[in-house]
Amino acid sequence: MTGGTPAESASPVAAPRPSTLARARLATTLLAFGLLTLVTCLLAPLVGSSHVSLARAFDPSIPFADNVDAQIFFVARLPRVIAGALVGAALASAGVVFQAILRNPLATPFTLGVSAGASLGAMLMIILGGALSLGPWSPVPLASFAGAAGAAALVYWLASSTGRPMSGAVLLLAGVTLNAFFSALILFVQYLADFAEVYRAARWLMGDLDVGGFGPIVASLPLVLVAFGLFALLPASLNLLSVSDESAAARGVDVVRTHRVAFVSASLATSAAVSLAGPIGFIGIVVPHLVRLLVGVDHRIVLPASALFGAAFLVACDLAARTVLAPVEIPVGVVTALLGGPFFLWLLVRQA
Amino acid sequence: MAARQTGLIAVLTLALLSACSQAVQPGAPAATRRLVSLVPAATEMLFAIGAGSQVVGVSSYDRFPPEVSSLPRVGALLDPDTERVLSLRPTLVIVYASQGEQAARFEAAGIRTYTFKHGGISAAFNAMRDLGRATGHEAEAMAAIERVTEQLNAIRRRVSGRPRPRTLLVIGRQPGTLQGIYASGGTGFLHEMLEIAGGVNVFADVERESVQPSHETLLARAPEAIVELQAQASADEGLERRVWLPLASIPAVRTGRIAVLSGEYLVVAGPRLAQGTEALARALHPGAFGGEEPPVSATASSR
Repeated sequence: MTGGTPAESASPVAAPRPSTLARARLATTLLAFGLLTLVTCLLAPLVGSSHVSLARAFDPSIPFADNVDAQIFFVARLPRVIAGALVGAALASAGVVFQAILRNPLATPFTLGVSAGASLGAMLMIILGGALSLGPWSPVPLASFAGAAGAAALVYWLASSTGRPMSGAVLLLAGVTLNAFFSALILFVQYLADFAEVYRAARWLMGDLDVGGFGPIVASLPLVLVAFGLFALLPASLNLLSVSDESAAARGVDVVRTHRVAFVSASLATSAAVSLAGPIGFIGIVVPHLVRLLVGVDHRIVLPASALFGAAFLVACDLAARTVLAPVEIPVGVVTALLGGPFFLWLLVRQA
Repeated sequence: MAARQTGLIAVLTLALLSACSQAVQPGAPAATRRLVSLVPAATEMLFAIGAGSQVVGVSSYDRFPPEVSSLPRVGALLDPDTERVLSLRPTLVIVYASQGEQAARFEAAGIRTYTFKHGGISAAFNAMRDLGRATGHEAEAMAAIERVTEQLNAIRRRVSGRPRPRTLLVIGRQPGTLQGIYASGGTGFLHEMLEIAGGVNVFADVERESVQPSHETLLARAPEAIVELQAQASADEGLERRVWLPLASIPAVRTGRIAVLSGEYLVVAGPRLAQGTEALARALHPGAFGGEEPPVSATASSR
């Protein structure tokens, strides 16, 4: 973002003024979204199905094991909020990237088979793995990550083995086909399984942020950070790529490399998010479009704003999931669609 | 189209077959002779009330009593094999409440059906009585109900006067983690068994058979005892108890009052209700059963 991006250096007149203007707009927009996310993340741990005394929760004189308030705050609520922010940010920004490189507004982080691969991995572990112990890692997240990464690698290989540079159309077709294929395998595995296992597996598919501690978050954090690091390289090229490969190439974008980085980083973010919380739907499509409706189409703003808004949105949805029907919980994946759908439609109609 | 054909074939086959069977065995009343059960709990009931010899087919989940191992399997809740059921020439098929379409198909073929619905202990008793009437074993059914009721009362008497721990009854969980927990809510036979066994269900206020509590809810409800029911014994029981350690502020975790019970009899609402209830009572009140039981132990391993 520093210096002249290809877009700016290509425009012959007065580069500095629009650039500073754009930078000011970027700063204010991100400040607004950042504040929204910050406030949501600060408020969310204070609310829940039970009452928690913050004074008691932060009282160091009470041993942690005896301190119910501290346990609820630090074991149950805080990890949920952090996991929600992480997963929401990862899925929303992966959605932006996939929509850009596939040049398809309907693309989601799950379009290319990543979530179906993750689900198959998780399903196999839930149904066949039993109580397999893999040291510090929980077997189900590990298996779902392996499934997601495997699916992404397979799609990538299929799309790039045609001899030509990776094409969006082939990527899309390969991904959609793999999705259907994995879904069939999932149904087959479920059919062979026991009741209780099928139940658990079905519950996993609805998504759950109740990770029960910081361990699972720490395990997926490095992957998400690497993905975000790669995302930071992309916005200017994505702006040009979303027009066409040719015009992007003409303006100095290394199309093949950008496609590769975009695909790998978005797949990595999606895999990490799904292995942490299950395939929570709707965020990857509704958040990018919402943000575009609010701030326009410049990826330098859309990508970070989507990450921030995705975080706030999922944390808010999870807050609803754990409080509305307490002590019974609503699966968070159900809430994201129930809240996100009508909200999105309202915004769509209002804009039109 | 296919369903209609199956139905038609079924009607024809049944008309022919029932004619044959009536001719071969004119002794017993035709309506009660051949039973197919798609419900394991109902199968247990049939054997308990002396109708076991009339059972000609069971579901693929049936494992008790041992006699069922030699009987033909006809599928289960989601995949009952209509053709196989019809080929066994049943006069009464026991189906789940959710298998209405299946029941209609059997009725269309001239086979009586009995719809079994899980519920509380009284629902189990009602089913036992109905099955007794339908199979010509009403007196035995009433006696079996009497027997189970007496056993339950005996357990009640044994634990009466003892402090009733607030108990979390876990009926399902992802092995090795605290994810995907299913606990008994305030209705259903498991809840009633727990209350008879001298515990107070921490989710007694939830008007559902099962609850999926979050970590926060578990911490907030602070159960004094945790009893986990498993159909099959887990590979590493110590690990299954250790997974609770992160929730150290739960009294049951702090005092180690966590019991893992395994065995299918614990989760089948049939004639072995009292055995399951006794296992719960022994886990919650070892002192009431002679005191030789260690305070916290897996009192009932798989039977």
